[in-house]
Amino acid sequence: MNLPMKWLKEFVPSLNTDPKHYSDVMTDTGSKVEGYETLSEEVQNVKVGLIKKIERHPDADRLVVCQVDIGTGTDTQIITAATNVFEGALVPVAVAPAHVMGGEIKKTKMRGIESNGMFCSIAELGLTLNDMPYAIEDGILILKEDCTPGDDVKELLQIEDTVVEFEITSNRPDCLSVIGLARETAASFNIPAVYHTPTVKGSGDNVENYISVEVKDTEKCPRYSARYVKNVKIEPSPLWLRMRLRAAGVRPINNIVDITNYVMLEYGQPMHAFDYACLDGSKIVVRTAAEGEVFKSLDDKDHTLTSDMLVIADEKKAVALAGVMGGANSEIKDTTTAVVFESANFLGSSVRTTARDCGMRTESSARFEKGLDPEMTLEALNRACELVEMLGAGEVVDGIIDVYGKKWEQVVLPLECDRINKFLGVNLDEKYMTEILERLGFKVENGMIYSPSFRIDIGCMNDIAEEIIRIHGYNSIESTLFASDVKVGLPTESQGYRRRICNFLCSLGFDEIYTFSFISPKYYDKIALPANSKQRNSVVISNPLGEDTSVMRTTAIPSIMEVLAHNNNHHSEAVSLYEMAKVYIPSDDITQLPEEKFKVMAGFYGNGDFYRMKGVVGAILENGGIIDCDYRAKSDDPTFHPGRCAEIVTADGKVIGIFGEIHPDVASNYGIDCPVYVAELDFNELLENSNFERKYKHLPKFPASTRDFAFVCAEEVEVGAIEKVMKKAGGKLVENVKLFDVYRGAQVPEGMKSLAFKVTMRSADHTLTDEEADKATKKILTLLERELGITLRA
Amino acid sequence: MREKLENIRKEVEVLLQQPDVNLEELRIRYLGKKGELTSVLRGMGALTAEERPIVGQLANDVRSFIENALAIKAEEQKKEQMKMKFMKEKLDVTAPGNAVKVGKRHPLAKVEMEMWDIFLGMGFDIIEGPEVEYDYYNFQALNIPENHPARDTQDTFYITNNILLRSQTSPVQVRAMEKQKPPIRVISPGRVYRSDAVDATHSPMFHQLEGLVVDKGITMGDLKGTLELFAQKMFGPETKIRFRPHHFPFTEPSAEVDVSCFVCGGKGCRVCKGEGWIEILGAGMVHPYVLSNCGIDPEVYSGFAFGMGIERITMCKYGMDDMRLLYENDVRFLNQF
Repeated sequence: MNLPMKWLKEFVPSLNTDPKHYSDVMTDTGSKVEGYETLSEEVQNVKVGLIKKIERHPDADRLVVCQVDIGTGTDTQIITAATNVFEGALVPVAVAPAHVMGGEIKKTKMRGIESNGMFCSIAELGLTLNDMPYAIEDGILILKEDCTPGDDVKELLQIEDTVVEFEITSNRPDCLSVIGLARETAASFNIPAVYHTPTVKGSGDNVENYISVEVKDTEKCPRYSARYVKNVKIEPSPLWLRMRLRAAGVRPINNIVDITNYVMLEYGQPMHAFDYACLDGSKIVVRTAAEGEVFKSLDDKDHTLTSDMLVIADEKKAVALAGVMGGANSEIKDTTTAVVFESANFLGSSVRTTARDCGMRTESSARFEKGLDPEMTLEALNRACELVEMLGAGEVVDGIIDVYGKKWEQVVLPLECDRINKFLGVNLDEKYMTEILERLGFKVENGMIYSPSFRIDIGCMNDIAEEIIRIHGYNSIESTLFASDVKVGLPTESQGYRRRICNFLCSLGFDEIYTFSFISPKYYDKIALPANSKQRNSVVISNPLGEDTSVMRTTAIPSIMEVLAHNNNHHSEAVSLYEMAKVYIPSDDITQLPEEKFKVMAGFYGNGDFYRMKGVVGAILENGGIIDCDYRAKSDDPTFHPGRCAEIVTADGKVIGIFGEIHPDVASNYGIDCPVYVAELDFNELLENSNFERKYKHLPKFPASTRDFAFVCAEEVEVGAIEKVMKKAGGKLVENVKLFDVYRGAQVPEGMKSLAFKVTMRSADHTLTDEEADKATKKILTLLERELGITLRA
Repeated sequence: MREKLENIRKEVEVLLQQPDVNLEELRIRYLGKKGELTSVLRGMGALTAEERPIVGQLANDVRSFIENALAIKAEEQKKEQMKMKFMKEKLDVTAPGNAVKVGKRHPLAKVEMEMWDIFLGMGFDIIEGPEVEYDYYNFQALNIPENHPARDTQDTFYITNNILLRSQTSPVQVRAMEKQKPPIRVISPGRVYRSDAVDATHSPMFHQLEGLVVDKGITMGDLKGTLELFAQKMFGPETKIRFRPHHFPFTEPSAEVDVSCFVCGGKGCRVCKGEGWIEILGAGMVHPYVLSNCGIDPEVYSGFAFGMGIERITMCKYGMDDMRLLYENDVRFLNQF
């Protein structure tokens, strides 16, 4: 809401403040000021000039030299290239040194002849053709106002005004008006407000001779008021009215349309004017639209209506979309000679859905949708008619049509001083509370508060408390700390465990990333997810911003891949990242919420291989309190390299994660041409399988024996399998098995590898003898040969 | 003879003062088989029986003096030599250490964790709830019925007619109030979604942290006190807060809350746009309709709620001017924190 200060002062004449202070006070009492500006502030030293003489410039074909009376007693010489000036014309002259919109005006010489200023066009004064209808766009403004040379043009044209921009919250539609803000201003500054009651002289006759109104849906249209004006003469509004509208940010059109806008801005009551000649049957019917009814709004757009939309119709056709916009078929034209003024109250939610569904949010619908005061239709209507008479725009016929189907019910609440004081933590007396409420237009009698009709937002004690405290001052509330029993705040197990994993990954050198939870469905292709994969079944956003963010991810691999790719593109050589990433698994029943779960994502390139990732995964598991996990080769996940991917399997056979090298084809989909490693671990599984209970074990009392083994075996034989056999064969004696060398190349046949292990054996109750160690060694070798067919390297 | 012994002691004392004295030579010269002390002792036979034990005692004293002095000197020399040796092993301590990369938590996580710790310390629990949420919890229970104009300010992503991506973390608080009877003291951090195109100050997904306290006798002064304490822990002990009236459907009275600029201390700077204050919080007293929607009697209980954007605070704290950096995850950015 743009509030012109000159307009405001009509209602609060004793307001005496500067815009900055005004803004601060209003913001502190709840009418938030976004900013303020002084219109045409740049325009300085522009005076009315009378052109007395025009001569051709001796050295320039396109220029003329003018002698201008600017009220100084001597003529001022000004050179212009404008062609619409003539001797005897009154024009705005920027008298050097001056300033106009777009620049400074200095004394200058044009082809050797002095010019002491410049004639101004409307643009140079910050005006448009709407503001000055008799002007021309590409020439000098020839003034038609009553004025004398030397007058200040800004004053003459009433250009200058300070406009304060308010951000009005949705609960206060009454403040979307000059009067509403005047009321707030008066209450905030504790000064009187002066309201005006419009009076209409009338011209005899009777409105009923011309029009009748039938409201078919009183729920959607609680009140419909109308008046009739005949002998209308459409012309531009007078200067003062145009300048008021301009300051409020509304384009002047013609006298009738301008009056409806003026009243809307002043009262907050949207108005509409119909061309009477276009109404069939002298009748207005307020009804819901027929399903599929087509309506052309006055911006010439066709809308197909639905049966829950309210229209204003005549006997045959819709002439307005109630509360949203008038129809092209009944628009005010230059030829209009009689109008019907509408001042109605429509149901907010109905106007809101209609405006939304038709894609037309207007000044009118923005007010109605918040819920307006049904008690103000008549006064606004009379104000419009008063202006018609004031402007001589037509003759207002006597009588008012007022169909008030659903009466306003006043809200009455007790004034609970104690409760309010306790609730706010203040100590204000009843007299002071009453005074504040009365300043805001409430009536307080015998301990009861009577809410005014324009305050649709008042309904309970909290609302009253807010009224009192916002005027008294939020910042005068003393800070206190609530008294309460001692309570220890603790993160939940899941929150603590997440924090543990995140901090641990940082200590392993991984940087944390945050990625969007929504992705493009195409990302599933990018990670080569099969077309029939269940993981493609995502929660779909019905109104996404774009395809890129249209489905909720079921895997976070695409997210981390995007980030790895970004960093790779930006030439970061070695990057290790992790994310505690949520994924969203849809329920089979679409009325149910999806399952949301965290995945621990880790990924890197440029600083390690598969075994670094395996080491990281192992460390996460160990730090996460998970023991006895197994790794199983996984060759059929298309996202990963078929030979370099493993699943993590718990002791009871559950897969809780996957990691490995990203398939080179997938990596190249992301433009990465080096190996990329990613791990995806299921957070809930980690948490469920974690166990941090530990029991102390004695340190070994007896020395260990070690034996080294070297095998040449087929590539297919897995180290994990050999380790398992060794542990099984050695039984309790085997304390540790450690692979310490892998060799391929000279002396090892193609397709084979050489592996070297160190086996540590120890007994808890005696020093192991060589015989015992040898016996265990033998058992290990026997079982290795039997189960895996491998023998010691010759 | 006594004199000789005294002279030997003096000689040794002097010799040991010399800088590069060869201790072995000295030992041989005085204590060796042909050494000076030995030769003096050899002359003991010429002494009388009365003198012998006295001179003998003196000779032993001198011997142990020399032995002792030599040992001390030897220790000193050894120390000196070791020092010389270590100095030769001197390293350039300014040369780089072996790189140990320590990962960084994301700036949003750092700020959120700071908030967790402050509120945990004040006895709040941390609650979480679904991001894909029912319309009821996100709007209706919070006093925002269908077609309420407040829905405009939070353009919402919908999944179905009544399932959406939550536009605030308040639904978690509704769920908490349904489950738990007062006293309630919780914060609910998490991801929220609004249909805003990505630019320097907007993102369709961002993070909020909201708080809720419900008990008997909770006042608006308590709200101020709690937020003041939070602001001072979060931004420094000098931080002040300021309330401005505002409107939220789920609180009444409602306020927007500014903190004194923690970058310039209130003098005015780029971060606070010269105002000295930064708007970071929305807050208010829980609307009685919301309480009763959750089965809590507003005649008995009152409460306050507040909420803040973690992105906004993070950006102010680190002087960032573009929100997109937070989701781009460029390591050159991440490693600055």
